[in-house]
Amino acid sequence: MADGLKFDLVSPERLLFSEIVESVVVPGTEGYLTVLANHAPLMTTLRPGVIEIKAQSGTVTRFFVGGGLVDINASGLTILADEAMGAEQMTSDYLSERIRVSREDADNTGIDYITRTTARQRVSDLEDVQRWILPA
Amino acid sequence: MPSLKDLRNRIASVKATQKITKAMQMVAAAKLRRAQEAAVAARPYSERMGAVLANIAASTAGSPDASPLLAGTGKSDVHLLVVCTGERGLAGAFNSSIARLARDHARRLKAEGKTVKIFTVGRKGYDSLRREFPNEIVENVSFRSVKQISYSEARSVARRVLEMFGAGEFDVATLFFSHFQSVIAQIPTAQQIIPAELPTAATVNAEAALYEYEPSEEDILADLLPRNIAIQIFHALLENAASFYGAQMSAMDNATRNAGDMINRLSLSYNRQRQAQITKELIEIISGAEAL
Repeated sequence: MADGLKFDLVSPERLLFSEIVESVVVPGTEGYLTVLANHAPLMTTLRPGVIEIKAQSGTVTRFFVGGGLVDINASGLTILADEAMGAEQMTSDYLSERIRVSREDADNTGIDYITRTTARQRVSDLEDVQRWILPA
Repeated sequence: MPSLKDLRNRIASVKATQKITKAMQMVAAAKLRRAQEAAVAARPYSERMGAVLANIAASTAGSPDASPLLAGTGKSDVHLLVVCTGERGLAGAFNSSIARLARDHARRLKAEGKTVKIFTVGRKGYDSLRREFPNEIVENVSFRSVKQISYSEARSVARRVLEMFGAGEFDVATLFFSHFQSVIAQIPTAQQIIPAELPTAATVNAEAALYEYEPSEEDILADLLPRNIAIQIFHALLENAASFYGAQMSAMDNATRNAGDMINRLSLSYNRQRQAQITKELIEIISGAEAL
């Protein structure tokens, strides 16, 4: 592969990952997408899930992201994640805690409808991660 | 005139104080380095967030249903002041200069006939503002038990601010914190966060127009704006942490130096007195011998 994809993973606390890679699988709000080099400019929001980075050597690295924003342009792919950590650091307990907090929001009738809907969506996304993606 | 014994005790106690301030200065220096690293590490995110936001905001500008977070509520009657200060003192003028800036701001707004509400983050700001504005302080959080400020603290503050905004409790929010310029210079700063003051995108390039958005631009913007509030608060908290340790370091450096000066002065008068006593004894002996 001559030219790779420039990929940056940034969380509010630090820059987690910055390398030239082969491809990245991203959990976009409207479905998973795989980004390769020279992807058309796209901006999308993220749902909680796991991103899969395939390095040029072929090894795969996985990160958990708790939502955020994806920016794809000519200079590469940038993920601004609310929260991000290596998938191996991710524990089921931590995830359960996140689900519990989100569920509280979803059931909190004090807050507005939109926030509640997004919280409900987050619960189901997180449960998907816990059920299907994490054991892999 | 203090006796020799008094002076000796006094010197010992100042020396003990000096040791404490010296140790505090060194601890502050180590923590300052860590706080600075955290502030630097957080920079890429906020920079990119700002760029993305400016781009989208520019391309959706002028739309009638713009988010109130960006366009404001159309009024500026009720102001919320989010005052971020430290949890501890012994840092020179750090806490008081932030509180003073907020106080001046609040007084000016009141003179203009606006309603002021205050949200303090940090114990010290609460303590110094509650005397003058006992009824204006609507919220107070403190992160006393938190060692290293992380994004989740900022998010919890932002959430509270957004809840209040959603309930129509204020029109304009301003964030007060101390901007870290260098170890000796921390500048108390006021920054408006709602409605958002975006850097006017001079770089709304042709590239931005080519973007495909998924979901729509408006949806992304609606998702991004609340997050931007949290980011700005996070940024303020980090700057504050670095400023706090910077201020503490220089305050403790001054204290150590003052203690040193004091020890010098005390030793001088101790030595003088000792010499005077010796001379006195000699005179007594000599005049006794001469009398014989």
